[in-house]
Amino acid sequence: MPVFDLSATPLRALNSALHGLEQGTNDTRFEVVNPRGHHAVAVGIDSPVSVEVHGSVGYYCAGMNDGATVTVHGSAGPGVAENMMSGTVIVEGDASQYAGATGRGGLLVIKGNAASRCGISMKGIDIVVHGSIGHMSAFMGQSGHLVVCGDAGEALGDSLYEAKLFVRGSVKSLGADCIEKPMKPKHLEKLARLLEKAGVTGVQPEEFRRYGSARKLYNFHIDNADAY
Amino acid sequence: MSYHNPPTPPRKSATFDDHTLAEIRRAAATGIYDIRGGGTKRKVPHFDDLLFLGASISRYPLEGYREKCETSVVLGTRFARKPIELKIPITIAGMSFGALSGNAKEALGRGATLAGTSTTTGDGGMTDEERGHSQVLVYQYLPSRYGMNPRDLRRADAIEIVVGQGAKPGGGGMLLGQKISDRVAEMRTLPKGIDQRSACRHPDWTGPDDLEIKILELREITDWEKPIYVKVGGARPYYDTALAVKAGADVVVLDGVQGGTAATQDVFIEHVGMPTLACIRPAVQALQDLGLHRKVQLIISGGIRSGADVAKALALGADAVSIGTAALVAIGDNDPKWEEEYRALGTTAGAYDDWHEGRDPAGITTQDPELAARLDPVVAGRRLANYLKVMTLEAQTIARACGKNRLHNLEPEDLCALTMEAAAMAKVPLAGTDWYPGKGGF
Repeated sequence: MPVFDLSATPLRALNSALHGLEQGTNDTRFEVVNPRGHHAVAVGIDSPVSVEVHGSVGYYCAGMNDGATVTVHGSAGPGVAENMMSGTVIVEGDASQYAGATGRGGLLVIKGNAASRCGISMKGIDIVVHGSIGHMSAFMGQSGHLVVCGDAGEALGDSLYEAKLFVRGSVKSLGADCIEKPMKPKHLEKLARLLEKAGVTGVQPEEFRRYGSARKLYNFHIDNADAY
Repeated sequence: MSYHNPPTPPRKSATFDDHTLAEIRRAAATGIYDIRGGGTKRKVPHFDDLLFLGASISRYPLEGYREKCETSVVLGTRFARKPIELKIPITIAGMSFGALSGNAKEALGRGATLAGTSTTTGDGGMTDEERGHSQVLVYQYLPSRYGMNPRDLRRADAIEIVVGQGAKPGGGGMLLGQKISDRVAEMRTLPKGIDQRSACRHPDWTGPDDLEIKILELREITDWEKPIYVKVGGARPYYDTALAVKAGADVVVLDGVQGGTAATQDVFIEHVGMPTLACIRPAVQALQDLGLHRKVQLIISGGIRSGADVAKALALGADAVSIGTAALVAIGDNDPKWEEEYRALGTTAGAYDDWHEGRDPAGITTQDPELAARLDPVVAGRRLANYLKVMTLEAQTIARACGKNRLHNLEPEDLCALTMEAAAMAKVPLAGTDWYPGKGGF
């Protein structure tokens, strides 16, 4: 298993190695030690490899991931798994702001808490947060699912499009055009699958409430101007 | 004998002119601000307010059809492993598929390729047709991230991080529902028929320190191959240029207030931003102060129409220019041959700017298949190539007259200004003097 010690090896060597993988390579498991808050760790991977990062990372870890499984055994800085296409990113600790921003696919699991703007502009990604999330999360969320086992901060789902939000705890406030919606059997089934995939135990889908777009701001109308 | 006062003709207010009165009535009737495409229509100090001096006893000219005047430019020489080499210093600005029809995007790609220059994607992502017809394609990285994916990042020739644009520095965009076809909706991951908002700021970074890290990420994803441009609207050109350079940009794109947009509030287009002419010298000064002029390339856009404009922008220190509105006109936008249809829309050729409504008779700013089919991308591409070549010839003509064997050898010393405003903005002497405002303490 290739091991990259970022206290001694340049970041470029790590990402270069992750990008240059031939189909059928035997090197499908990578280990990164001493990340020491490096930015852009394991970005742009387009192979179904696994990367174990031992320590905390800076901005944009696993950015634009497409098929890999990246596990951060620590906390992640802003924009972890931003614009993920597919694959899985797991943060064992907490995540800073913009976690999963604009993600198009794959699963992002944050076992601690996530800061503000979690899932901002999400476009198909599934995000499961074991803890709580900060304000303005899922802002302009277009598609995908955001599951929060703890609480959500202010203005959840502001200007939401079609992303589906599930929160188990309290929601400090809902953003413009975001409303609570009834939980239907299909939502409970989806939620159960996401909780299982994210390794959440001891929590039942029925404990969550669902939020989505009221769709009142989809086409501009002057009478809705107060909402902006 | 009684005295009869002759009647005075009706007098309209200069403040409340006909356009202003009509706009007040329109606002009162509709309850919504005016949204339109294009750039500012007000008159601002521009390249027309500058003249070249030409040759004289102390400057000898080059022969027009015999002596070479080099036009090529290389962009992205600072950090990128694969800089872009263009035959001419005129590029095609970012315009989205969605705002423009597929045929129009194809025409831009074809024309740019024929002329040896680059074209640019826009908000909404990269189409296969666009990639296929553009030899050099710049991929915009926008706040909305519509259509953004690593595959397209890697098949682009350069990446342009859009912070702002001249028509609306500080503003996002809106693609109204009537232009959201199935394909546009799918590319943007949004339902068909809804108004699609393009965010005004990026979702995962704020400020120049974050931008530096974002650029690092994009370089790592693309293995440091691609030149990375940073595009800003004309607002604070000295500081924006310096900060873009500090963040690691290879190229700075600076778009003045005359730059166009697909759709924005008229009040934004007309009242926010700096004239292109006023942006160039501060940006060049920032590059010079950092010792990076000509090492980080500067692309100027916003109201570039002719080879004279190209030559003037380069003389003031730009490395290249970019055109959007002019390119659309070259391929057929606002062509008088559609006058009858423009009138049916309540406008006239040359004034049509409701690009957001998707009813463009010329088939350019539309997603209506029947209208879009009116534009032949091969013919339109040829027209764009012709226009680009004429602009280049014009710029060469001026450069030779100034004794330059390379367009980039033009310099501020070759210019004079016709107005005090232009002299102040361009920092070239008022014609007939050796002075411009700000020089010598006045």
